Amino acid sequence: MEHEITLVVNGTARRVTVPARRLLSDCLRHDLGLTGTHVGCEHGVCGCCTVLLDGEPVRSCLTFAVTVDGRDITTVEGLAPAGGLSAVQRAFAECHALQCGFCTPGFLCTVTALLRDNPAPTDEEVLEGLSGNLCRCTGYQNIAKAVHRAAELLAEES
Amino acid sequence: MKPPPFEYHAPRDLDDALRTLARVGTDGKVLAGGQSLIPMLNMRLMAPAHLVDINRVASLDGVEAGAAGVRVGALARHSQVERGRSHPLLTRALRLVAHPVIRNRGTVVGSLAHADPAAELPAVLAVLDGSVRLARWESGRIATREVGAREFLVGPMESAVRPGELAVSAFFPALGPRTGAAFEELARRHGDYALAGVCAVVRLDEDGQVAAARVACTGVGPVPVVVDVTEASRDGWDAAARRVQEEIEPEDDIHASAAYRRHLVGVLAGRALGGAAREAAGGA
Repeated sequence: MEHEITLVVNGTARRVTVPARRLLSDCLRHDLGLTGTHVGCEHGVCGCCTVLLDGEPVRSCLTFAVTVDGRDITTVEGLAPAGGLSAVQRAFAECHALQCGFCTPGFLCTVTALLRDNPAPTDEEVLEGLSGNLCRCTGYQNIAKAVHRAAELLAEES
Repeated sequence: MKPPPFEYHAPRDLDDALRTLARVGTDGKVLAGGQSLIPMLNMRLMAPAHLVDINRVASLDGVEAGAAGVRVGALARHSQVERGRSHPLLTRALRLVAHPVIRNRGTVVGSLAHADPAAELPAVLAVLDGSVRLARWESGRIATREVGAREFLVGPMESAVRPGELAVSAFFPALGPRTGAAFEELARRHGDYALAGVCAVVRLDEDGQVAAARVACTGVGPVPVVVDVTEASRDGWDAAARRVQEEIEPEDDIHASAAYRRHLVGVLAGRALGGAAREAAGGA
Protein backbone atom coordinates (compact mmCIF):
# COMPACT_ATOMS: atom_id res chain seq x y z
CA MET A 1 0.00 0.00 0.00
CA GLU A 2 1.26 3.46 -0.92
CA HIS A 3 1.18 6.43 1.44
CA GLU A 4 1.03 10.08 0.44
CA ILE A 5 3.28 12.15 2.69
CA THR A 6 4.72 15.65 2.80
CA LEU A 7 8.30 16.29 3.85
CA VAL A 8 9.64 19.81 4.29
CA VAL A 9 13.08 19.28 2.77
CA ASN A 10 15.56 22.13 2.96
CA GLY A 11 12.69 24.54 3.49
CA THR A 12 10.51 23.34 0.60
CA ALA A 13 7.39 21.22 1.11
CA ARG A 14 7.68 18.10 -1.06
CA ARG A 15 4.71 15.81 -1.57
CA VAL A 16 5.60 12.24 -2.37
CA THR A 17 3.89 8.85 -2.56
CA VAL A 18 5.87 6.00 -1.03
CA PRO A 19 5.38 2.47 0.25
CA ALA A 20 5.55 2.21 4.05
CA ARG A 21 8.89 0.40 3.91
CA ARG A 22 10.63 3.27 2.05
CA LEU A 23 13.63 4.36 4.11
CA LEU A 24 14.03 8.11 4.46
CA SER A 25 17.47 7.79 2.82
CA ASP A 26 15.93 6.15 -0.27
CA CYS A 27 13.04 8.61 -0.31
CA LEU A 28 15.48 11.53 -0.39
CA ARG A 29 17.68 9.98 -3.06
CA HIS A 30 15.25 8.15 -5.32
CA ASP A 31 11.92 9.92 -4.89
CA LEU A 32 13.23 13.46 -4.42
CA GLY A 33 16.49 13.22 -6.39
CA LEU A 34 18.61 14.56 -3.54
CA THR A 35 21.62 12.30 -3.97
CA GLY A 36 23.83 14.29 -1.61
CA THR A 37 22.69 12.01 1.21
CA HIS A 38 24.87 8.94 0.84
CA VAL A 39 23.99 5.39 1.79
CA GLY A 40 26.77 3.21 3.17
CA CYS A 41 25.91 0.38 5.52
CA GLU A 42 22.13 0.65 5.84
CA HIS A 43 22.17 -0.52 9.42
CA GLY A 44 23.14 2.59 11.32
CA VAL A 45 26.88 2.06 11.72
CA CYS A 46 28.61 4.26 9.14
CA GLY A 47 26.78 7.57 9.52
CA CYS A 48 26.96 8.52 5.79
CA CYS A 49 23.18 8.96 5.59
CA THR A 50 22.93 11.36 8.55
CA VAL A 51 20.45 14.20 7.96
CA LEU A 52 18.85 16.74 10.29
CA LEU A 53 15.30 15.94 11.42
CA ASP A 54 13.80 19.10 12.94
CA GLY A 55 17.44 20.15 13.41
CA GLU A 56 18.59 16.98 15.18
CA PRO A 57 21.00 14.64 13.38
CA VAL A 58 19.50 11.20 12.72
CA ARG A 59 20.25 8.19 10.54
CA SER A 60 18.02 8.43 7.48
CA CYS A 61 18.60 4.71 6.81
CA LEU A 62 17.05 3.88 10.20
CA THR A 63 13.97 6.06 9.70
CA PHE A 64 10.92 5.33 7.58
CA ALA A 65 9.79 8.23 5.39
CA VAL A 66 6.17 7.69 6.53
CA THR A 67 7.19 8.13 10.19
CA VAL A 68 8.46 11.67 9.54
CA ASP A 69 5.46 12.85 7.48
CA GLY A 70 5.13 16.61 7.98
CA ARG A 71 8.55 17.08 9.59
CA ASP A 72 11.49 19.31 8.60
CA ILE A 73 14.46 17.57 6.99
CA THR A 74 17.78 19.25 6.21
CA THR A 75 20.16 17.41 3.90
CA VAL A 76 23.69 18.35 2.87
CA GLU A 77 22.15 20.25 -0.07
CA GLY A 78 20.42 22.54 2.41
CA LEU A 79 23.35 23.45 4.64
CA ALA A 80 24.30 26.50 2.59
CA PRO A 81 22.58 28.84 0.10
CA ALA A 82 22.84 27.76 -3.57
CA GLY A 83 26.37 28.14 -4.89
CA GLY A 84 27.85 28.95 -1.49
CA LEU A 85 29.43 26.95 1.29
CA SER A 86 28.58 26.95 4.99
CA ALA A 87 31.28 27.66 7.57
CA VAL A 88 31.48 23.94 8.31
CA GLN A 89 31.87 23.13 4.61
CA ARG A 90 34.58 25.81 4.18
CA ALA A 91 36.46 24.45 7.21
CA PHE A 92 36.34 20.89 5.79
CA ALA A 93 37.77 22.14 2.49
CA GLU A 94 40.42 24.29 4.18
CA CYS A 95 41.60 21.53 6.58
CA HIS A 96 41.58 18.74 3.97
CA ALA A 97 38.96 16.90 6.03
CA LEU A 98 37.90 14.73 3.09
CA GLN A 99 39.51 12.62 0.45
CA CYS A 100 37.01 10.46 -1.42
CA GLY A 101 34.14 12.42 0.06
CA PHE A 102 31.68 9.55 0.45
CA CYS A 103 31.27 10.02 4.20
CA THR A 104 31.39 13.82 4.03
CA PRO A 105 27.64 14.64 3.80
CA GLY A 106 27.04 12.71 7.02
CA PHE A 107 29.93 14.42 8.78
CA LEU A 108 28.75 17.86 7.62
CA CYS A 109 25.23 17.34 8.98
CA THR A 110 26.52 15.90 12.26
CA VAL A 111 29.05 18.71 12.76
CA THR A 112 26.55 21.44 11.82
CA ALA A 113 24.27 20.30 14.67
CA LEU A 114 27.18 19.72 17.04
CA LEU A 115 28.47 23.29 16.69
CA ARG A 116 24.99 24.78 16.93
CA ASP A 117 24.51 23.05 20.30
CA ASN A 118 28.09 23.50 21.48
CA PRO A 119 29.85 26.41 19.69
CA ALA A 120 33.24 25.82 21.35
CA PRO A 121 33.65 22.07 21.91
CA THR A 122 36.68 20.54 23.62
CA ASP A 123 38.80 17.94 21.82
CA GLU A 124 36.99 15.23 23.74
CA GLU A 125 33.56 16.60 22.84
CA VAL A 126 34.56 16.75 19.17
CA LEU A 127 35.65 13.10 19.20
CA GLU A 128 32.47 12.04 21.00
CA GLY A 129 30.42 14.07 18.51
CA LEU A 130 32.16 12.46 15.52
CA SER A 131 32.19 8.95 16.99
CA GLY A 132 29.12 7.80 15.08
CA ASN A 133 30.53 8.63 11.63
CA LEU A 134 33.06 6.45 9.87
CA CYS A 135 35.70 7.72 7.42
CA ARG A 136 37.96 5.23 5.65
CA CYS A 137 40.32 7.79 4.09
CA THR A 138 41.41 10.60 6.35
CA GLY A 139 42.26 8.98 9.66
CA TYR A 140 39.95 11.56 11.30
CA GLN A 141 42.69 13.98 12.42
CA ASN A 142 41.85 16.55 9.78
CA ILE A 143 38.13 16.14 10.41
CA ALA A 144 38.65 16.92 14.10
CA LYS A 145 40.78 19.94 13.07
CA ALA A 146 38.04 21.06 10.70
CA VAL A 147 35.48 21.03 13.51
CA HIS A 148 37.64 23.40 15.56
CA ARG A 149 38.28 25.55 12.48
CA ALA A 150 34.56 25.68 11.75
CA ALA A 151 33.94 26.77 15.34
CA GLU A 152 36.38 29.68 14.76
CA LEU A 153 34.72 30.63 11.46
CA LEU A 154 31.27 30.56 13.06
CA ALA A 155 32.51 32.68 15.98
CA GLU A 156 33.95 35.23 13.52
CA GLU A 157 30.69 35.33 11.57
CA SER A 158 28.48 35.92 14.59
CA MET B 1 19.35 -4.26 2.63
CA LYS B 2 15.76 -3.05 2.31
CA PRO B 3 12.99 -3.90 4.77
CA PRO B 4 10.44 -6.51 3.70
CA PRO B 5 6.95 -5.14 2.98
CA PHE B 6 4.57 -4.68 5.91
CA GLU B 7 1.24 -3.07 6.59
CA TYR B 8 1.76 0.27 8.33
CA HIS B 9 -0.38 1.67 11.13
CA ALA B 10 0.07 5.15 12.57
CA PRO B 11 -2.27 5.48 15.57
CA ARG B 12 -2.86 8.98 16.93
CA ASP B 13 -3.57 8.08 20.55
CA LEU B 14 -3.02 5.28 23.02
CA ASP B 15 -6.51 3.75 22.66
CA ASP B 16 -6.06 3.53 18.92
CA ALA B 17 -2.54 2.06 19.29
CA LEU B 18 -3.72 -0.63 21.72
CA ARG B 19 -6.78 -1.49 19.64
CA THR B 20 -4.54 -1.88 16.59
CA LEU B 21 -2.05 -4.05 18.50
CA ALA B 22 -4.90 -6.23 19.81
CA ARG B 23 -6.16 -6.70 16.25
CA VAL B 24 -2.82 -7.60 14.66
CA GLY B 25 -1.73 -9.82 17.60
CA THR B 26 1.31 -12.00 16.95
CA ASP B 27 1.78 -10.53 13.45
CA GLY B 28 2.41 -7.05 14.85
CA LYS B 29 5.54 -5.25 15.95
CA VAL B 30 5.79 -1.84 17.63
CA LEU B 31 7.95 0.83 15.97
CA ALA B 32 9.24 3.55 18.32
CA GLY B 33 12.81 4.80 17.72
CA GLY B 34 13.56 2.00 15.29
CA GLN B 35 17.31 2.01 15.95
CA SER B 36 17.33 -1.74 16.62
CA LEU B 37 14.18 -2.76 14.76
CA ILE B 38 14.99 -1.12 11.40
CA PRO B 39 18.51 -2.66 11.14
CA MET B 40 16.90 -6.04 11.85
CA LEU B 41 14.32 -5.37 9.11
CA ASN B 42 17.00 -4.12 6.70
CA MET B 43 18.99 -7.29 7.30
CA ARG B 44 15.79 -9.35 6.93
CA LEU B 45 16.22 -10.88 10.37
CA MET B 46 12.49 -10.40 10.91
CA ALA B 47 9.47 -9.75 8.74
CA PRO B 48 6.42 -8.64 10.76
CA ALA B 49 3.20 -8.41 8.75
CA HIS B 50 2.17 -5.23 10.61
CA LEU B 51 4.17 -2.35 12.04
CA VAL B 52 2.41 -0.16 14.60
CA ASP B 53 4.25 3.18 14.59
CA ILE B 54 3.67 4.89 17.97
CA ASN B 55 5.61 8.05 17.05
CA ARG B 56 2.41 10.11 16.83
CA VAL B 57 1.09 9.08 20.24
CA ALA B 58 2.18 12.29 21.97
CA SER B 59 1.05 11.15 25.43
CA LEU B 60 3.90 8.63 25.54
CA ASP B 61 6.87 11.01 25.42
CA GLY B 62 6.82 12.16 29.05
CA VAL B 63 9.57 11.86 31.65
CA GLU B 64 8.29 12.34 35.21
CA ALA B 65 10.87 12.63 37.95
CA GLY B 66 9.77 12.39 41.59
CA ALA B 67 11.30 11.56 44.95
CA ALA B 68 10.69 7.84 44.44
CA GLY B 69 12.28 7.70 40.99
CA VAL B 70 11.81 8.56 37.35
CA ARG B 71 9.11 7.23 35.04
CA VAL B 72 10.09 7.30 31.36
CA GLY B 73 7.42 7.18 28.65
CA ALA B 74 7.66 4.87 25.66
CA LEU B 75 8.55 7.69 23.25
CA ALA B 76 11.18 9.44 25.38
CA ARG B 77 14.38 9.41 23.34
CA HIS B 78 17.71 8.43 24.85
CA SER B 79 19.03 11.95 24.23
CA GLN B 80 16.01 13.58 25.87
CA VAL B 81 16.38 11.49 29.04
CA GLU B 82 20.16 12.00 29.02
CA ARG B 83 19.72 15.79 28.88
CA GLY B 84 17.02 15.69 31.57
CA ARG B 85 19.57 14.30 34.08
CA SER B 86 16.77 13.10 36.32
CA HIS B 87 18.57 9.94 37.46
CA PRO B 88 22.38 9.91 37.81
CA LEU B 89 22.87 6.21 37.00
CA LEU B 90 20.49 6.28 34.06
CA THR B 91 22.21 9.40 32.69
CA ARG B 92 25.62 7.74 32.97
CA ALA B 93 24.42 4.54 31.30
CA LEU B 94 22.79 6.49 28.45
CA ARG B 95 26.15 8.04 27.53
CA LEU B 96 27.39 4.49 26.88
CA VAL B 97 24.52 3.63 24.51
CA ALA B 98 25.69 3.66 20.87
CA HIS B 99 26.45 7.16 19.51
CA PRO B 100 24.80 10.57 20.05
CA VAL B 101 23.05 10.45 16.64
CA ILE B 102 21.50 7.03 17.42
CA ARG B 103 20.41 8.36 20.81
CA ASN B 104 18.48 11.16 19.10
CA ARG B 105 16.00 8.54 17.82
CA GLY B 106 16.38 5.52 20.08
CA THR B 107 14.06 5.22 23.08
CA VAL B 108 14.75 4.06 26.63
CA VAL B 109 11.69 1.80 26.78
CA GLY B 110 12.53 0.42 23.32
CA SER B 111 15.99 -0.62 24.56
CA LEU B 112 14.33 -2.45 27.47
CA ALA B 113 11.76 -4.20 25.27
CA HIS B 114 14.53 -5.19 22.84
CA ALA B 115 16.17 -6.96 25.82
CA ASP B 116 19.64 -7.33 24.35
CA PRO B 117 21.72 -8.99 27.12
CA ALA B 118 24.71 -6.85 26.11
CA ALA B 119 22.77 -3.55 26.41
CA GLU B 120 23.22 -1.09 29.26
CA LEU B 121 19.64 -0.03 30.04
CA PRO B 122 18.26 -3.47 30.95
CA ALA B 123 21.15 -3.77 33.44
CA VAL B 124 20.22 -0.41 34.98
CA LEU B 125 16.59 -1.50 35.31
CA ALA B 126 17.73 -4.81 36.84
CA VAL B 127 20.21 -3.39 39.36
CA LEU B 128 17.65 -0.83 40.55
CA ASP B 129 14.83 -3.41 40.60
CA GLY B 130 12.76 -1.11 38.40
CA SER B 131 9.67 -2.06 36.44
CA VAL B 132 7.95 -1.71 33.09
CA ARG B 133 4.27 -0.86 32.63
CA LEU B 134 2.53 -2.88 29.92
CA ALA B 135 -0.84 -1.89 28.47
CA ARG B 136 -3.32 -3.78 26.30
CA TRP B 137 -6.85 -3.31 25.00
CA GLU B 138 -9.28 -5.53 26.87
CA SER B 139 -13.10 -5.50 26.97
CA GLY B 140 -13.30 -2.02 25.47
CA ARG B 141 -10.80 -0.33 27.77
CA ILE B 142 -7.10 -0.06 28.60
CA ALA B 143 -5.77 -2.68 31.01
CA THR B 144 -2.28 -2.35 32.45
CA ARG B 145 0.13 -4.46 34.43
CA GLU B 146 3.39 -3.44 36.08
CA VAL B 147 6.15 -6.01 35.60
CA GLY B 148 9.31 -6.02 37.74
CA ALA B 149 12.72 -6.13 36.03
CA ARG B 150 13.33 -9.74 36.99
CA GLU B 151 10.11 -10.93 35.32
CA PHE B 152 10.36 -8.44 32.44
CA LEU B 153 13.78 -9.58 31.19
CA VAL B 154 13.04 -13.15 30.12
CA GLY B 155 15.97 -14.13 27.90
CA PRO B 156 18.23 -12.91 25.10
CA MET B 157 16.14 -10.48 22.99
CA GLU B 158 13.06 -11.65 24.85
CA SER B 159 10.95 -9.55 27.21
CA ALA B 160 7.65 -10.22 28.96
CA VAL B 161 5.73 -8.09 26.42
CA ARG B 162 2.95 -10.32 25.01
CA PRO B 163 1.41 -10.03 21.56
CA GLY B 164 -1.09 -7.16 21.68
CA GLU B 165 0.73 -5.42 24.51
CA LEU B 166 2.63 -2.14 24.48
CA ALA B 167 5.36 -1.20 26.96
CA VAL B 168 4.07 2.29 27.81
CA SER B 169 6.64 3.35 30.40
CA ALA B 170 9.50 2.22 32.60
CA PHE B 171 10.16 3.16 36.21
CA PHE B 172 13.70 3.60 37.53
CA PRO B 173 13.71 3.85 41.35
CA ALA B 174 15.76 6.73 42.80
CA LEU B 175 19.10 5.87 44.39
CA GLY B 176 18.21 7.31 47.81
CA PRO B 177 20.46 8.85 50.46
CA ARG B 178 24.09 7.74 51.04
CA THR B 179 23.89 5.75 47.83
CA GLY B 180 26.29 5.84 44.90
CA ALA B 181 26.30 4.18 41.50
CA ALA B 182 28.73 3.49 38.68
CA PHE B 183 28.75 1.85 35.25
CA GLU B 184 31.97 0.39 33.87
CA GLU B 185 32.27 -1.42 30.54
CA LEU B 186 34.79 -2.28 27.88
CA ALA B 187 33.99 -2.15 24.17
CA ARG B 188 36.39 -2.88 21.29
CA ARG B 189 35.28 0.29 19.54
CA HIS B 190 33.65 3.34 21.07
CA GLY B 191 29.87 3.03 20.87
CA ASP B 192 29.81 -0.70 20.13
CA TYR B 193 28.06 -3.13 22.40
CA ALA B 194 30.55 -3.83 25.19
CA LEU B 195 32.34 -7.17 25.62
CA ALA B 196 31.11 -6.97 29.19
CA GLY B 197 29.89 -4.31 31.58
CA VAL B 198 29.13 -3.93 35.27
CA CYS B 199 26.63 -1.57 36.79
CA ALA B 200 26.96 -1.17 40.58
CA VAL B 201 24.87 0.44 43.32
CA VAL B 202 26.28 0.82 46.84
CA ARG B 203 24.41 2.16 49.89
CA LEU B 204 26.29 3.07 53.06
CA ASP B 205 24.88 3.22 56.58
CA GLU B 206 25.29 6.23 58.86
CA ASP B 207 28.69 5.00 60.01
CA GLY B 208 29.94 4.76 56.45
CA GLN B 209 29.81 0.94 56.39
CA VAL B 210 28.34 -0.90 53.42
CA ALA B 211 24.61 -1.43 54.01
CA ALA B 212 23.84 -2.84 50.56
CA ALA B 213 25.85 -3.51 47.41
CA ARG B 214 24.48 -4.90 44.18
CA VAL B 215 25.70 -5.24 40.61
CA ALA B 216 24.15 -6.12 37.27
CA CYS B 217 26.48 -7.43 34.55
CA THR B 218 25.96 -7.13 30.78
CA GLY B 219 27.15 -9.49 28.06
CA VAL B 220 27.81 -12.44 30.38
CA GLY B 221 24.45 -14.21 30.58
CA PRO B 222 21.08 -14.51 28.83
CA VAL B 223 19.80 -11.50 30.79
CA PRO B 224 21.63 -8.95 32.99
CA VAL B 225 23.21 -10.98 35.79
CA VAL B 226 22.26 -9.40 39.13
CA VAL B 227 24.46 -10.25 42.11
CA ASP B 228 23.98 -9.05 45.67
CA VAL B 229 27.47 -8.62 47.10
CA THR B 230 26.54 -6.99 50.42
CA GLU B 231 27.92 -9.96 52.40
CA ALA B 232 30.95 -10.55 50.20
CA SER B 233 31.94 -6.88 50.38
CA ARG B 234 32.67 -7.20 54.12
CA ASP B 235 35.98 -8.73 52.98
CA GLY B 236 36.62 -5.88 50.56
CA TRP B 237 35.72 -5.03 46.98
CA ASP B 238 38.16 -7.62 45.58
CA ALA B 239 36.25 -10.34 47.39
CA ALA B 240 32.98 -8.88 46.14
CA ALA B 241 34.34 -8.86 42.57
CA ARG B 242 35.30 -12.55 42.90
CA ARG B 243 31.76 -13.30 44.09
CA VAL B 244 30.44 -11.61 40.92
CA GLN B 245 32.80 -13.70 38.76
CA GLU B 246 31.30 -16.87 40.26
CA GLU B 247 27.76 -15.91 39.30
CA ILE B 248 28.17 -14.99 35.65
CA GLU B 249 27.81 -17.35 32.67
CA PRO B 250 30.09 -15.89 29.99
CA GLU B 251 30.36 -17.55 26.58
CA ASP B 252 33.01 -17.64 23.87
CA ASP B 253 32.32 -15.71 20.68
CA ILE B 254 34.34 -14.09 17.91
CA HIS B 255 34.93 -10.98 20.06
CA ALA B 256 36.28 -12.55 23.25
CA SER B 257 36.70 -15.86 25.07
CA ALA B 258 34.58 -16.78 28.08
CA ALA B 259 37.71 -16.77 30.25
CA TYR B 260 38.60 -13.25 29.15
CA ARG B 261 35.07 -12.03 29.85
CA ARG B 262 35.19 -13.57 33.33
CA HIS B 263 38.49 -11.84 34.03
CA LEU B 264 37.12 -8.59 32.63
CA VAL B 265 33.99 -8.71 34.81
CA GLY B 266 36.19 -9.12 37.89
CA VAL B 267 38.16 -5.99 37.00
CA LEU B 268 35.07 -3.98 36.04
CA ALA B 269 33.15 -5.07 39.15
CA GLY B 270 36.02 -3.95 41.39
CA ARG B 271 36.11 -0.55 39.68
CA ALA B 272 32.35 -0.09 39.59
CA LEU B 273 31.82 -1.07 43.25
CA GLY B 274 34.73 1.11 44.38
CA GLY B 275 33.44 4.03 42.32
CA ALA B 276 29.89 3.61 43.61
CA ALA B 277 31.13 3.45 47.22
CA ARG B 278 33.19 6.63 46.77
CA GLU B 279 30.16 8.38 45.30
CA ALA B 280 28.01 7.13 48.21
CA ALA B 281 30.54 8.59 50.63
CA GLY B 282 30.28 11.92 48.80
CA GLY B 283 33.75 11.72 47.35
CA ALA B 284 32.89 11.04 43.73
